[in-house]
Order: sequence, then structure tokens, then C-alpha cells
Amino acid sequence: MSKYRILAGLLGSALAMPFAASSWAETPKDTVVMAKKIDDIITLDPGECYELSGVEMLTNVYDRLLRYEAEDLTKLVGGVAESWTISDDGKTFTFKLRPNLKFQSGAPVTAEDTAFSLQRVAILNKTPGFLITQLGITKDNAKDLIKATDPHTLVLTITENYAPTLVLNVLTSIVASIVEKKAAMEHEENGDLGNAWLKTHSASSGAYKLLGWKPNESVSMEANPSFRLGAPKLKRVVVRHVPETASQRLLLEKGDVDIARDLTSDQLAAIAGNKALKTEEFAGSDTWYLALNQADERLKNPKVREAMRYLVDYQGMTASFLKGTFIVRQTFLPKGFPGALDYEPFKLDVAKAKSLLAEAGYPDGFEVRMDAQNTSPMTEISQSIQQTMGQAGVKVAIVPAELKQVLTVYRARKHEIVAVNWGPDYLDPHTNADAFVYNVDDSDNSKHKLPAWRTHWLIPELSAETLAAASEKDAAKREMMYHDLQKKSTDDGAFVFMFQPVFQVAEQAHVKGLVAGITSDLTFYRLITK
Amino acid sequence: MSATGAAGLAGATGGDRLRVAGSILRRIAGVFVSVVLTFLGLTCVTFVIGRVVPIDPVLAIVGDHASDEVYQRVRAEIGLDLPIYAQYGRYLVKVLHGDFGTSVITSRPVLEDLLRVFPATIELSALALVIGIALGIPAGVIAAAHRGRWQDQLIRFASLLGYSMPVFWLGLVGLLLFYAKLGWVAGPGRVDTGFDDIVEPVTGLLTIDSLLAGETGVFWNALGHIVLPASILGYLSLAYVARMTRSFMLGQLGQEYILAAMAKGLSPARIIWVHALGNIWVQLVTVIALTFGSLLEGAVLTETVFAWPGLGLYMKNSLYNADLNAVLGGTILVGTVYILLNMLSDLTYPLVDPRARRTA
Repeated sequence: MSKYRILAGLLGSALAMPFAASSWAETPKDTVVMAKKIDDIITLDPGECYELSGVEMLTNVYDRLLRYEAEDLTKLVGGVAESWTISDDGKTFTFKLRPNLKFQSGAPVTAEDTAFSLQRVAILNKTPGFLITQLGITKDNAKDLIKATDPHTLVLTITENYAPTLVLNVLTSIVASIVEKKAAMEHEENGDLGNAWLKTHSASSGAYKLLGWKPNESVSMEANPSFRLGAPKLKRVVVRHVPETASQRLLLEKGDVDIARDLTSDQLAAIAGNKALKTEEFAGSDTWYLALNQADERLKNPKVREAMRYLVDYQGMTASFLKGTFIVRQTFLPKGFPGALDYEPFKLDVAKAKSLLAEAGYPDGFEVRMDAQNTSPMTEISQSIQQTMGQAGVKVAIVPAELKQVLTVYRARKHEIVAVNWGPDYLDPHTNADAFVYNVDDSDNSKHKLPAWRTHWLIPELSAETLAAASEKDAAKREMMYHDLQKKSTDDGAFVFMFQPVFQVAEQAHVKGLVAGITSDLTFYRLITK
Repeated sequence: MSATGAAGLAGATGGDRLRVAGSILRRIAGVFVSVVLTFLGLTCVTFVIGRVVPIDPVLAIVGDHASDEVYQRVRAEIGLDLPIYAQYGRYLVKVLHGDFGTSVITSRPVLEDLLRVFPATIELSALALVIGIALGIPAGVIAAAHRGRWQDQLIRFASLLGYSMPVFWLGLVGLLLFYAKLGWVAGPGRVDTGFDDIVEPVTGLLTIDSLLAGETGVFWNALGHIVLPASILGYLSLAYVARMTRSFMLGQLGQEYILAAMAKGLSPARIIWVHALGNIWVQLVTVIALTFGSLLEGAVLTETVFAWPGLGLYMKNSLYNADLNAVLGGTILVGTVYILLNMLSDLTYPLVDPRARRTA
């Protein structure tokens, strides 16, 4: 029948549509194209942004008062500030700005802009606001405590007792991004200090300026030719949102992206033999841990807590399904962090755990619930824990859920055990000490609802030590105090610290220069070449 | 329906005319009431589901590390401290004023977001539907005409496969084969990075906008990107359309008028493609409308695999983040489209069925 022939013809022509392969196998020469999951971005205003991907974008768009730079991630240096002095009482910080810096608009960077940028963080008091307000600077006193005394001098006064290194470290974080005052105020709506406009625009003096952010699609930025450390090598950076990691791998293999950020360990293994590609390893800064709810009679028992630490197969997991993506880390500060202590006293020891449980009065173990995120690798980690705890009679019922659900349970303190992770807020040991070893008010009305509070671990003595460490002016002594806090919390805390992630970035063999430090504040694009 | 209704009125008397006009008014009022009730039900159910899921929407906005003060302020800002019926009332009032609220994950008005993402989905679904119809109907007809023989078995097998295959898997395998190995089509995304932002959106459909702007380079690139996801979605709708066509056709082929036509000596091709097929158009139009509706909302996984910035991806992301304004806005949009499609298919009946023309 002739109809068949027509149909066959249609099918044939549909299959042989003229899409030549060569037309899309390469990215533009002056552009870095990166595939990454960026659906966590909800704003690109540096006074509001606190999501990992957003902070990473803004690290590259805005210059900050102080910085850890791509060239040496361990050294605190001036960003917009050239030099600084600290008063004898450690409360007043005076910054001299570098001359001749310019915003993307061409306007000069003045002390007035820096004062405005820091003030607006405290006044807006959005999610990252606490970084500034913890220093005792509030929306009411911000304009008195942060002042431009002349066009090149910024004076900042804190009212809380904090170590100078801590304050300086806070001033390397996202909240110390310098925004052009005039541009922000030109777009002010209802006293929002330009917040609505800055969500999707930049007024920056950093390595790049923001070209656009299309939610769930892409962020693009363009090199700033007048950047103080020299213009970035490549003119444009496009970060494309590719939610499916298998798609990221295909895009990389076909050369449609230069860098893929989220490949899983099996995908990385699969491309290992491909000569056109390479992978680089960067340490992450998250702490993956279990929190044992201290409102639970059983988990409150120190012997039980110790037993639990012997019932996790740390080394077994990192040797198998976590290989290449996680390392064992049993303290609350990640490896590579200032003040971090290398201390790894625990390994799987069922016999020892059994005798500890017997001493505690639970010779036959008990049943316990564990909330855990329902995606890989948390699923595999919780299954491994379920299996090893089961060997000592502790029957773990895993409650798998979406991450935000797990966090909701945890914050409401309704968990028995919860398996989660925590990322530091800025590059200073206090950020994690504050989270894990500080809780002086265990009531529901506490102002301080971080992990120690969330798991009902009331620790007045350790908290005092945490505060003392935060205000210690002698840097060496301060480091020893953090070592002590880590050791104590690892040996006898309400947490079982387990792992630290390692990120593998896959890229075209000719792509070089991506610098990814342990936090989003240290991930730099400007040295990338290809 | 009004055009054919007017034609019917031409020869009627005054009394008839009044009666018919009254009945049309009643019908319009009926449709209006049912639309309003549908919307109310839709928003109510979605709202309740959004509020009972054990996710704290404030967390989506402020993140896990925010201080208690910020947390409480945002909670009050989005009205979560009010009782649930008051929250719903507040929401309804806003919607009636055309304000769907602001999405917490994109920080933009939901309406603006929907207008941006929906064209991408329409473009994908429309092409998929064209593929589904162009191949699905002939396939269904052929299967019915050769009932029980190899053609029928083959088509039924292929359509069963399309119906039961996870689209997620199909998408990845399609990418692996046609993009990674053969290089016939472009990869995930709507257009290559180099072609991004060249064309100003007019309709929001990139293939059409690029042609309007005379940017043929962008057009071919965009076409290369859309052809694979559209084919995969098209295969799914093909499977459904072919199955339904086959069963409608079988219903017709057993009728006596077919026997009569055969006795008259008409060619089998004419009987099948003109007489029998001509009689199932009404049912097919309904099937096609419903298929289009399900394509619009059912592209979630396809959009994820192909990094396609459409409604599916937007809704998925909003759901995961308990972004209630966005979820409700999207639901209302999909609901509206369903209702419109239903009305549209009602309107098409007279075009394909002469009887509907007379009794309008």
C-alpha cells in the first residue's frame, strides 16, 4: 500500500535530519562553560546570599574587604583594604583602602562604599546577617560603629569580646563584599537598600561582573578588565544548571562544557580512561556526623555514646562506596581548616561496643530511630551504620526523607539519632565550635539554636571554653584551646563525627586553573585558562 | 460553539430564539460555576497539601544556619504564624487581584516566572504532540486494519514499550546514543552557550523567535536541542495515541456500514482511511487534548534529564523547597490549561463531526 511508503519516507527523513555533529562540539574559545547544580541559588545580593552556589558566584563577582586569594588559600591578605591596624583593646579596627580601585561602573571604590556595604548587612539582617551582628553590631548602631573617616579610611568598632583573628576572618566572608553605594541606592525600593535589584544585578569591583542569572538555567558573568589583580584570562564564565549528573558527564564527554562539578564516583571511574578529560581533587569543608539526642535516656548515657562511636565502620566505608569522595574525619573541624586537629581514635569494634553497652545496662541493645537524608551517599552511609550497630544489638530504624524534612525534624529536636552534615560559615574555628560545643540555654526559647542545642547537649563548661577561645588574643594559645575542645567533644560528646567530603572536578584536559578551596568563599574562576 | 449556534438560529422563530438564547446563557453560567468551583477545589487541595508536608518553608528561605531572630521575622513575613484558614483566605484574596506572590527560590513574582518557563514547556510539548499524532494515528489505524497479524503485533509491542518505559531512562539512553555516540543531535539545554541570549524573547518559543529575528544559526541550534527530548516525549504520546486509535478503529471496523461499503466494492484503503477513520475523529480530538495536557505537566523527568528550563523543572524545584506560592501558581496554570483544552476540544467537535454542527 502506498501509505506505507509515505509513512516509511516520513520516518526515514525524521531520523536523518541534518544535524551535523560538528556544529555543537566545542565551547566558545573565550568562555568557560561549567555544568553544576545551581538550583540552591535564591539571591545574588551579597548582603542576603548564603547558599553554597550563590556564595561561590559572588566570590568571583565581588571584591571583599579582606581575602584569602586564589594564589595562596592559607594567607589572609587585603582585598579592597591595603593595610589595617587594631587598637590595643582589640575593639577598634582601622582599614586603609587601596588607591585607584574601580567599580564595574567606573566609579572609584571609596571608604563610604565599604562602610555602606557592611552597614547594610547589619541593617537588612538577612540570613548571613549574624556574621556581622555576632560582633555586637546591630541595625541600630551600625552607622555609629562602622564609619568612613576619610575617603580611604574605614573604622570598625566591635562591642563583643572577640579575638582579632576571628574578626578579620569574618571580614573575608561573603558579608564583607563591597557594593557600590550609589548604584545600590539608585535602585532602592521601600528602604531595601537596593536588595531587590541586587538579587539579580551586580554593583561590584571583583574579577567579574554579573551578566545574568536565570533561575534553574544559568549564571553568566563577564571579566572585569580593571580588576585589581589583573583581568581574568577568559572573557566570560557561564555556569549552566544541569540537574542530572549523567547529563553532566555526557556534556563533558562531548565537549559542550569545559568543567563538570557534580559527577558521582562511578561516573568519574567511567571517564578515567578518557585521555581528553582529567579530574582534580579538592577537599570540602563539611562535617558529616550523627547527633544523639540527649533528651533520650539511653543516648544520654556516656557509655552508650561511646559504644555508638565504636559501631560505625568509618574506614570500611571510605575504602568502599565512599572511596575518592570522602575521608574519615572524627573532629568538628575539617582537615585544612585553621585550628584543625588530626585525631582519629575510633574504628569499628563490635566487641568493645557490646561490653560498653552491657556496662550501661543494655546487654541486649535497644531499638532506635535514625532520620537521614534519602539521597546518595547518606542512604548508603545510614545502611552501613544500621548494619554495624545491629551487630551489637542496637536495632536502627532508618527514617529516610528529603533533606529539608530531616532538618525540620532536627531543628524541632524530635529526632533520636539524626545523620546530617554541617558546613562552616567563615574561615575561623569559632564557626564550628559555636555550632558543636556551645549551648548554655537548652530551653525552647534559646537564642542559640545550633547543633548542640538541637540535640539537647547542655554544656556550660565547654561553652565557657568556647567563648574563651573566641576571645583569646594569643594565636598559638588559641589554637591549643581549639585542639582541646575538639578532643573533648570527640571523646565524650553528643555527636559522632564521621566524614569530610572530597570533591572531584572533571574537566577537559586542556582546562587549567580552577581553584576550589575548602569553602565556597575560596572557589575562584579568574585563573582558568583553556 | 457560538458560530454554529448562530447558524442554527437563522431559521428559528422568535420564541425558539429566546429559548435557545436562554439555554446558551444557562450553559455559559454552568460552565462559569464549574470553572470557579474547579479552581477553588484546586487551590484548596494544593494549599492543604503544601501546608501538611513536613517541610518548613521558612528553612527554604533563610537556610539552616540563620539566627532565630531572622527565622521568626521571615516566618511572620510570609504569614506562617496565622491559622491555616486565614493563610488560605489571604492567599485567595491575592490571587483574585492577580497576585500569585513571590517565589522564594527565584525571588521573583511567580507570574513572571511562569511566563518565562511555560513557553519552553509549550514548545517541547507541542513538538512532541505533533510527532505523537503524525505517527501515532497512522500506526493505530494500521494496527487495527491488520488486527492479529505481524503489523498489529509490532505496533502494539512498540506502543506498549513506549507506555511502560521510564522516560528518565529513555532520555538518558537517547542522549547516550544520538548525542554522545552518533552526534546527530545537540545535548542537554535549550541552546548552545555560544548562541545564548542572542534572540530577544517575543513568543518565548525559541525556534519561532529565532526565525522571527532571522537568526537561522540559532534556529538550527535550538532545533538540534529540542528534537531529542521532543521525540522521546513524542514517543510516549505516540504510544497512547496509537493504542487509543487502534481500539476506536476496531470499534468502527466491526460496524455494518463497513460491511456495506465492502459489498459496494470500495477499496479497503478508502474504507479504512476515509470512512472508518472519519468516524473516530471526535474521540481522537479528546484523546489528543488530554495527551497535550499530560505532556505539559508530565515533562518533569524529561526536563530534568535534558536540563530543559521549563515548567516541569520549575515545579519540581518548587516542591522540593516547599515554595508554596510557586507550586500553587503552577497548579493553577496547569489547571487552567486543562480547562481551556477541554473547551477547545468541545469547540472542535463540530469541525470534525457534521452531527455536532446540526444539534448545536
